[in-house]
Amino acid sequence: MPISSATARFPRAPSIAAGAAVFLGLTFSGLALALEWNLQPAASGLAAEIHDLHEYVMILCTAIFVGVFGFMFWSVYAHRKSKGHQAEQFHENTTVEMLWTVIPAIILVIIAWPATRLVVAQKDTAAADLTIKVTGIQWKWAYDYIDGEGEGISFISTLTTPREQIEGRQAKGEHYLLEVDNELVVPVNRKIRIIATAADVIHAWWVPAFGVKQDAIPGFLRDTWFRAAKTGVFRGQCAELCGKEHGFMPVVVRVVSQEDYSKWVGDKKQALVGQADDPGKKLSLEDLKARGEKVYAANCVACHQASGKGMPPVFPPLDGSKIATGAKARHIDMVLNGKPNTAMVAFGKQLADTEIAAVITYERNSWGNRAGEVQPGEVRARRK
Amino acid sequence: MSAVVDSHGHGHAHDYGDHHGGYGGIMRWITTTNHKDIGTLYLWFSLLMFGVGGIMAVVIRAELFSPGLQFVDPDFFNQLTTMHGLIMIFGAIMPAFVGFANWQIPMMIGAPDMAFARLNNWSFWLLPFASTLLVLSFLMPGGAPGVGWTMYAPLTVQMGMGMDFTIFAVHLLGMSSILGAINIITTILNLRAPGMTLLRMPLFVWTWLITAYLLLAVMPVLAGAVTMTLTDRHFGTTFFNAAGGGDPVLYQHIFWFFGHPEVYVVALPAFGVISQVIPAFSRKPLFGYASMVYATAAIAIISFIVWAHHMYTTGMPVTGQLFFMYATMLVAVPTGVKVFNWVATMWKGSLSFETPMLFAMGFLFMFTLGGFTGLVLSIVPVDIQLQDTYYVVAHFHYVMVAGALFAAFAGIYFWLPKWTGRMYHETLGKIHFWLTLVFFNMIFFVQHFLGLAGMPRRIPDYPLMFETWNQISSLGAFGMGLAQLLFVYIVVKCIRSGAPAPQKPWDGADSLEWTHLPTPAPYHSFETPPVLR
Repeated sequence: MPISSATARFPRAPSIAAGAAVFLGLTFSGLALALEWNLQPAASGLAAEIHDLHEYVMILCTAIFVGVFGFMFWSVYAHRKSKGHQAEQFHENTTVEMLWTVIPAIILVIIAWPATRLVVAQKDTAAADLTIKVTGIQWKWAYDYIDGEGEGISFISTLTTPREQIEGRQAKGEHYLLEVDNELVVPVNRKIRIIATAADVIHAWWVPAFGVKQDAIPGFLRDTWFRAAKTGVFRGQCAELCGKEHGFMPVVVRVVSQEDYSKWVGDKKQALVGQADDPGKKLSLEDLKARGEKVYAANCVACHQASGKGMPPVFPPLDGSKIATGAKARHIDMVLNGKPNTAMVAFGKQLADTEIAAVITYERNSWGNRAGEVQPGEVRARRK
Repeated sequence: MSAVVDSHGHGHAHDYGDHHGGYGGIMRWITTTNHKDIGTLYLWFSLLMFGVGGIMAVVIRAELFSPGLQFVDPDFFNQLTTMHGLIMIFGAIMPAFVGFANWQIPMMIGAPDMAFARLNNWSFWLLPFASTLLVLSFLMPGGAPGVGWTMYAPLTVQMGMGMDFTIFAVHLLGMSSILGAINIITTILNLRAPGMTLLRMPLFVWTWLITAYLLLAVMPVLAGAVTMTLTDRHFGTTFFNAAGGGDPVLYQHIFWFFGHPEVYVVALPAFGVISQVIPAFSRKPLFGYASMVYATAAIAIISFIVWAHHMYTTGMPVTGQLFFMYATMLVAVPTGVKVFNWVATMWKGSLSFETPMLFAMGFLFMFTLGGFTGLVLSIVPVDIQLQDTYYVVAHFHYVMVAGALFAAFAGIYFWLPKWTGRMYHETLGKIHFWLTLVFFNMIFFVQHFLGLAGMPRRIPDYPLMFETWNQISSLGAFGMGLAQLLFVYIVVKCIRSGAPAPQKPWDGADSLEWTHLPTPAPYHSFETPPVLR
């Protein structure tokens, strides 16, 4: 009956209602599949406790919110001039004022108590099973295993999402912007201490699933810790604005069983020995250039661009530049030592002689440049 | 009573034209020392900057509509977020409330004008030059700085010449704020009409008195921080460089010692406007006037001891984290008192819902929401998850937009009749409110979810899982931008062809500008002080 009377007054109501229902149905079925509403699923004890604390605070806040605005909306409903409500003229009540000062203060103490416990736990980085130094570099992460099983392993972790995907010339992959060449590998159920620092500007190392975020500050060491509760791959991103490619330096952590970890450590150490290039070896221009293209794609392309045109004036072009077509020594020095106070970092610390020789050769023989090859030995000779 | 007021008003109407200092046209505005002219300049300037910053926001949201890089490169994206923040805070919101202060304080305390009339002219005219410098930085080699409005070291050292333009612009903006603050304090303390004791001042005047002291305390600190950045960049100092014995985190301490009170520089005058509007449309005196004054002062004082809650993830000692967590939670108490007092003012009133009241209620509802997310962020372990995510972006836009901007809209609709002598179009005003409310929440409510799910702020591109919320948010931003064109139309229409306004269009309003001055207010508010009982 109510429906038919509504229909009588609003003849188009059924079609509008049906349309709205279809729209909402589609929207919400889509939303339910695609949307995240809450913190990422916790994969460590700390993260789980943060979830609980957040939920607890949200419940309290929601209750207070509903209470306070219940009063407001009751006023809006009942005490309106259009209904002829006469305003009462009270404007003070000390008891009420005292109550709504003291009660919120008590609620705050109720919140502060569990929060304090968790702050103290979060700060307790003692007795770690494994210590890893994380260095933020524009725009990649360097990992050095400095204590515990795997000590001595170090590598650099760089975004592998191709520029074609970022620029929309290729379909985006499942882990778009959250994939790297070398993942940080740690064992499950072990206390991992992270010591963060940076080479240039401030970055922040963040893995939401572990409830860990630590600013990486150049010139200082700051630590935090996590204990992954399950195996799997966990992804995060740099959380502190660190320049142009801030959005393109993900953190990827692979948590494995203890056995797999020991195996990984063995493989990695062997690979590091096997991979080490002999800097005395002479390579052909073609080989150097081919290898250099990969190094360029991982380290240089964001600023100097695939076209070699750069983004002047901040990021200078290499195509036709004085350095990339002039004396080899100057070019090698620039790549080895960087340029102070710019995003051009000292790659001497990150790359091996062969890689540097390769990328310099690539730069000197691509686009319009034809300036010949640079051999690893020449790079080694200019290291200080 | 009304007879007295009218003769007062006629006296002014008679010689209205003689008071522009003899100049007409553009020179009137350049040479003016009149608080109303300067207030008008501040408000129009603020509207212009609101447009400039708003366009930047729309470009940012267009880029973020879908994953991948579409319209701007990452470098320019960072420049936009930086300039959007600086322009909205220093160019739009702060000047808007200084505009309110200029118009309202002399009228509300029974004074003829501001205490330092020429200084007042200068503190306004610094602004266009400062903002020009700021915007010109886009044209410098390397463009505007892409460091975020917080300008953290040592990223600032990598920037081009645009960074120096921005630093000088901040110096000028700070100078303007300090001069304005000195003027406001002097005016309030010295030019009150006889009988207008401090505890009889309208709350808007109180909030501005406290805000002005905050400005005096913190603007020099910001000037220091950016000057140290300047010398680090050019003169070989290493304040923020560990290699020379400095510390990048030192910058953050200095910046946020300015930055947190700055939040209240923006919020307190907004509280003041709301405290005038809600009683007027509830037809009932403000509940707990004295406790409102004390709560405002308490918020101002606490704001000086909470700065490091912006820095929980820098690696503070556990005692530091706990201290700043407790101090920050404490802000909730006086803020809560204010919200309760506003709701109690409405309780058993006789409410009507004209546009100013709608914006005031929108403020109350959403500013409180922003306050609650602030409480969530004050809790160290939770903040460590949410620091530098879109949750923070959502939080401070609830405070800055739903807080400060909604209060500014409430104030403009409330006082436009007094300022212009004409009524705005009520229905259009209400439409403006509802559009702004809906689009605002569309932009920012969903950003809470993005932040919780782990989307960092200040990124031009993002993983695929964040796409849908970003699309909703961007659509909201486009709508919000269009809705503000309606606001401009309403204001212009009101000035040019609004119906004449009575002396007191809001029957519940009770401060001096409504009770003792005709509409539109005379050029010099009170040449002889009003007599207060």
